[in-house]
Amino acid sequence: MRTQMMQQQKSEKQVPAGQERTHTRRVYQPAVDIHETDAELVLRANMPGVDNRGVDIILEDDALTVRGRAAEAGEESRSLTYAEYGVGDFERTFVLSAEVDRDRIEASIKNGVLTLRLPKAAAARARKIAVKAA
Amino acid sequence: MMLDNWSQDSLWEGGLPPLGRLGEEINELLQNVRVGVGRPYPALNVWTSERDALVTAELPGADPASLDVAVVGTSLTLRGRRPEDPGSENVVYHRRERGAGEFSRTVELPFRVENEKVQAAFNNGVLRITLPRAEADKPRKIAVKAA
Repeated sequence: MRTQMMQQQKSEKQVPAGQERTHTRRVYQPAVDIHETDAELVLRANMPGVDNRGVDIILEDDALTVRGRAAEAGEESRSLTYAEYGVGDFERTFVLSAEVDRDRIEASIKNGVLTLRLPKAAAARARKIAVKAA
Repeated sequence: MMLDNWSQDSLWEGGLPPLGRLGEEINELLQNVRVGVGRPYPALNVWTSERDALVTAELPGADPASLDVAVVGTSLTLRGRRPEDPGSENVVYHRRERGAGEFSRTVELPFRVENEKVQAAFNNGVLRITLPRAEADKPRKIAVKAA
């Protein structure tokens, strides 16, 4: 039952024990599709309400963190009568394998979907080492 | 007298409820509970004021040309399509969480709206539908006369 709930709802990102968030906005883990072809890995993340200015992509060692800040939807004149989803920011971290070429990562966002293209590095060419006869 | 009835039906002396059946009854209840299955898509939030209502839905990746918002009476119907990612040969999926395909959802509004003045906007994957309330359904202040 618990697995079904996580698939249907937005799941919030857990803060590690002992840490706190300074902002009060909720942070969700965006739903992602990741597929791999011969040439690249493609990651698509659902981040509704986020435009290109709100996206942060951080690569630290092997950890790729994707963050999205959703625009504030100020509804001063109206009151929330019925809510089926929460609004907040997004964050999710992935571990990159060594085959990704870190210098050629591309990112774009359209209609609230972030697309990350991670080209694979050219296969390490086999080196022939000549052995000199002593 | 009451104690006599209990001890006839239960396995326990002294009138304690039959705990053996408790487990069976809980199992029967859980059979009918379906958590998280069949949640309607998309999820909607509704904001209201005296003048209008705002219905918002998160539809990241939806094809804007496929979005169809219709109001009939007090029913609001929202239809559209989230296209599948373009595939190619030799594709391996590591995660497939986003979902794709056609969706359609109808909700009943709590008041009548002016159908001609309904507006919808789709930005960054968020659909916002503004529905001005019909004049007859706007709240009216009623003055209370002090006797």
